[in-house]
Amino acid sequence: MTTFTPPTDTAAAVTERPNDTRAGGRPPRAERGASWWLYAVLGVGLLVMSLPFVWMLVSSVKPESEVRRVPPTWLPETVTSDNYQQLLDRLSFPTYFVNSTVVAVVVMLGNLVFCSMLGYALAKLDFRGKRVVFALVLGTLMVPGIAIIVPLFVLVTNLGLTNTFPGLFLPYLVTPIGVFLMRQYFLGLPDELISAARVDGAGEFRIFWNVMLPLTGPALATLALLTFLASWNNFLWPLVVAQTEDRYTLPVALALYSVGQNATEYGVLLAGAVVVVLPVIAVFLAVQRYFVQGIAMTGIK
Amino acid sequence: MATVSTTPAPVAARRGATPLRRSQARTAWLLALPFLLLFATFTVGPVLASLFMSFTDMRSTDLRSPLAIDLAGFSNYVDLFGDPLFRKVAVNTAIFVLIGVPLTMALALAAAVGLNGITRVRSFFRLGYYLPVVTSIVAVAVVWRFLLQPDTGPINQVLGLIGIDGPNWLGSTTLALPTLIVMTTWRNLGYLMVIFLAGLQTVPREMLEAAEVDGASRWQRFRYVTVPVMRPTLLFGAVITSIGYLQFFEEPFVMTNGGPLDATRSTAMYVYDQFGFGNYGVATAASYVLFVAIAALTFVLFRALRPTE
Repeated sequence: MTTFTPPTDTAAAVTERPNDTRAGGRPPRAERGASWWLYAVLGVGLLVMSLPFVWMLVSSVKPESEVRRVPPTWLPETVTSDNYQQLLDRLSFPTYFVNSTVVAVVVMLGNLVFCSMLGYALAKLDFRGKRVVFALVLGTLMVPGIAIIVPLFVLVTNLGLTNTFPGLFLPYLVTPIGVFLMRQYFLGLPDELISAARVDGAGEFRIFWNVMLPLTGPALATLALLTFLASWNNFLWPLVVAQTEDRYTLPVALALYSVGQNATEYGVLLAGAVVVVLPVIAVFLAVQRYFVQGIAMTGIK
Repeated sequence: MATVSTTPAPVAARRGATPLRRSQARTAWLLALPFLLLFATFTVGPVLASLFMSFTDMRSTDLRSPLAIDLAGFSNYVDLFGDPLFRKVAVNTAIFVLIGVPLTMALALAAAVGLNGITRVRSFFRLGYYLPVVTSIVAVAVVWRFLLQPDTGPINQVLGLIGIDGPNWLGSTTLALPTLIVMTTWRNLGYLMVIFLAGLQTVPREMLEAAEVDGASRWQRFRYVTVPVMRPTLLFGAVITSIGYLQFFEEPFVMTNGGPLDATRSTAMYVYDQFGFGNYGVATAASYVLFVAIAALTFVLFRALRPTE
């Protein structure tokens, strides 16, 4: 069977390592003694990884003049919500925020429903053409957005969907990786549950919906996160299909402002970046174990 | 690993269209249908249409009548490879992949080995390193553009403190591409780190201990025990990162707009630009060159990761 071997093999290892803090998993004495410098190096690395975010956050509450001051102030001398006020009053960021949210939620729901349906069929049902369908899904795992952007635009234009919400979300309602993830998870559930339900007289669809699907909570959570995030951060397609400001998503608005006439309003742009990044970081911190699980299950972010 | 564990029914029963099999097949196709319809319309169809369009003279003026276009043979591809700008963006993209991928791999592996060697607050570190991965490239690129400002940017300010006159990172034809490579590495290394950290758990402790007893140094243990065991994971990381880096787009779009003098213009940007100019034939031809490169890498991935029995 064709699978991404390393990630699936290590799924258990990455999520939880029970030995880790117990006696058996402790490193040899010599390495324990030498590890202070390891913490130091990793700490410097952590600083490099997080400082841009800290700087973004701190600068977004500085007045414009202070953002540009030389030498820069590390902590704001004056704290102001002025930059955020500009996003609200002048740059209609609330609209972009709503657009991004609507598209991401619809994309997420579409993937949850459609990918779990096909994933179940591929994992647990016997039908002619199953191998072909699975090969098709796997074979297109890596179709990059840029490779199909032109025909997709022609298609969406002729459907009359440019600059509409369906135009923004329709191409992303299903993803091969979602099928792959759900199929893997269904494979791990015992067939006996299905046989028992059949004996009890449940129809095939009922078995999927009422018996099996409720058992896939962790996989659904992971898929929800991955697809919501991918949509929230998606840039190329919304850039092409959203043509007026009332349909911009957050990344499109931020990118166009940052290269357009607002390019020199540092404080406002940084506040905009905060609006794009902060919800994601909040979600990520709240449910990070599903991310790690997602990578472990699929190998794809 | 979980595999299909259907009890091997007698051949005759499997072949025959029992009521159970028929209802299973019907349910399966009903479950598959919505996915397959959407997938055919918005992914498989465009992949094929893109190939077809790359052999036509389609322009944006044909947008509303996509069937009334003429075949143009290989002329788009001839034009493409004759365009010095395309050669330039292909070279830029190649440099980006050939330097960016090893750099990201090396740093991610170092971080993974480092994290594997500590016991306290490991998940805290892992979280911190992973943070840039989940954030929007556009937002991150905006932030980095300000960090890299030649006069007022914090990076050059800090360099100034230790007596270094910081360069105009994004304004120099020689420095702009390396700068974007470093920024992209910063964003992606957490992802590979998590993958590698998982791979490190597959290295049997007994093997490492045996090597230590035999007098292998720490480096030798890493080189001759850890790396060979992790080979499939490393390969996976290399391919998946290459596929991502081949599509390099947001960073130059936001930070340099492809400049200065096209020094950071990527193949994906070239496709986007040609699309914007209305040259759909050339745009799809360029995108197919990129697509074939990515498909080849995907193929390598599948071949390499096939379990060796």
